[in-house]
Amino acid sequence: MSAPVAIDVKGLSVGYGDYVLLHDADYQVNKGDIFIIMGGSGCGKSSMLRVLTGLLPPLKGEVIINGVDMINGKVDDIQKIREKSGILYQSGALFSSMTLAENIMLPMQQYSDYSAATMRELAGLKLALVGLKGFDDFYPSEISGGMKKRAGLARALALDPDIVYFDEPSAGLDPISSHNLDELIIELNRSLGTTIVVVTHELASIFAIGNNSIFLDAASKTILARGNPKELLKNPPNKEVYEFLTRGEKK
Amino acid sequence: MRISQINNPVEVLSKGGVVYVALSGDILTYNSESALKKIADIVQKSGQQIKFMPDGLGSWDSSLILLIYEAVRIAKDKGVETDLSKLPKNLQDLVKMAFEVDRKPEHKSATGGGFLETVGRIVVNLCSVISNFFNFLGAVTLGIGRFLSFRSIMRRIDFCAALDDCGPKALAIVSLISFLVGLILAFVGAVQLQIFGAQIYVASLVTVGMCRIMGAIMVGIIMAGRTGSAYAATIGTMQVNEELDALQTMGLSQIDFLVMPRLLALILAMPILTMLADFMGMLGGGFVGVFIMGLPYQEYWKFAINAFTLNNFLVGIFHGFCFGIIIAMCGCYSGLTCGRNADSVGVATTSSVVNAIVWMIVITGIITVICQEIGV
Repeated sequence: MSAPVAIDVKGLSVGYGDYVLLHDADYQVNKGDIFIIMGGSGCGKSSMLRVLTGLLPPLKGEVIINGVDMINGKVDDIQKIREKSGILYQSGALFSSMTLAENIMLPMQQYSDYSAATMRELAGLKLALVGLKGFDDFYPSEISGGMKKRAGLARALALDPDIVYFDEPSAGLDPISSHNLDELIIELNRSLGTTIVVVTHELASIFAIGNNSIFLDAASKTILARGNPKELLKNPPNKEVYEFLTRGEKK
Repeated sequence: MRISQINNPVEVLSKGGVVYVALSGDILTYNSESALKKIADIVQKSGQQIKFMPDGLGSWDSSLILLIYEAVRIAKDKGVETDLSKLPKNLQDLVKMAFEVDRKPEHKSATGGGFLETVGRIVVNLCSVISNFFNFLGAVTLGIGRFLSFRSIMRRIDFCAALDDCGPKALAIVSLISFLVGLILAFVGAVQLQIFGAQIYVASLVTVGMCRIMGAIMVGIIMAGRTGSAYAATIGTMQVNEELDALQTMGLSQIDFLVMPRLLALILAMPILTMLADFMGMLGGGFVGVFIMGLPYQEYWKFAINAFTLNNFLVGIFHGFCFGIIIAMCGCYSGLTCGRNADSVGVATTSSVVNAIVWMIVITGIITVICQEIGV
């Protein structure tokens, strides 16, 4: 029996004004998947993520997350789904005027009834979870790029989300930091059962963490392939996917 | 043809319907305009083929590639053959690559178009700006409603930080500028009043001027440049760093979180700063009157107090209150509508100051007319 569906995307078109980046996309993300949205630059990966996270309205189509229509559903239902979603942005997007602990406590203050002391404890715990134990009172400007991403992830995990979205998690990281972040993603998925959606074009990360994926193509503005990235490499459905997964090797 | 006959690095010669383009020596940052014109003229008249002769070609850069690319393009347009076979292999490859680049823009250019299209675009943009601003105004009004009904998520620490920034930290600059404005006002007034022997009225002039309008306007201009621009830059940078996206996806209201603390801080600080500016301006006028014009201190004080009316004072304070709202709104609006690059932050900062000053002048005009009508 297959796992229940966490995200169901139907006939989704993504773009800005008259400019269509991607049309009629259909795919499903199962609960507990590490789902990769991959493709070359300009194919609409990040825009797809913006649609999934509600930052960009789609041109048409449906996004259903845990049974809730995120485009036309009730505002309260949508809000509940958002509360149970975490996002790690490319830059970490930490609030620079707050310490790391305050950053993590912010969503808790909004959506929970924890006391200040409990929130503080939880913030420390989340930081420890991403390997930043003891950095509670540091400001974002006082830590490295890789640490910012980890802190951003700790904030994304603040409310124990069902789904965590990652926008280019490896961008700007050295290979070791990138590998460590991949390990962390796998660990989170394994230990917490969190559904993870990752937008990336880093092949090493794609093969290391992904167990399901879609491949977006800028030329045809469609999904050209779907499935486990390792399987796609073994049996590429077309030359675009093969070239992408082999760093430009001609078939 | 012998290369020894050639003096220029690029020489264009015609013989038997063939255009020879002889390349010699170093061709670096070469301006190919005249050579291309000559090639085009010969091809137009009698050319059947263009041949490149690179004997003795030394160092070269992109200007040579551009020359060959343009020459080949001219030949193609006129249906004339080109012979690149004698060129070095790498140069041939680069020219080939230049033709492979797709120079057609993917999107329709935003510029150009007919008059009606331009007017249409301006009107659509204007409508969009007006609609965005009214949306923002509505959102801020709702934010104030949430604040008054204790449902706002505004953090007290953010309000205190904003108040500290636009209150105590602005005291020095507001004091200095207001003192100098009072001083200038007194000097200018004194020159005219001395003609009539009425220099003692400098005290009245400075008091009325500063308390009714000048104090508030000077504070407004200082705070628009100092604080309003800082709001736009801070919020704009948050946009660039995806912090606003993070707020939105966390379901936190940008109005409650970013706008309300700044708006309330300025609403509170501006009337107090206006009072300070009034006082410092009067002090500056007094400095000129007493120490430079030699007016008796008691006389100056008496005339100043006589000129000071509650109406004038309250009108000034009301101006300060309105300016506080305008500066905070313009700064926050520019920041929230900022683009996602460094250049946009600069544009947002500039527009916040310009818009604030323009709106302050407009509001001053409106308040002045209303005061005139109701006799205040």
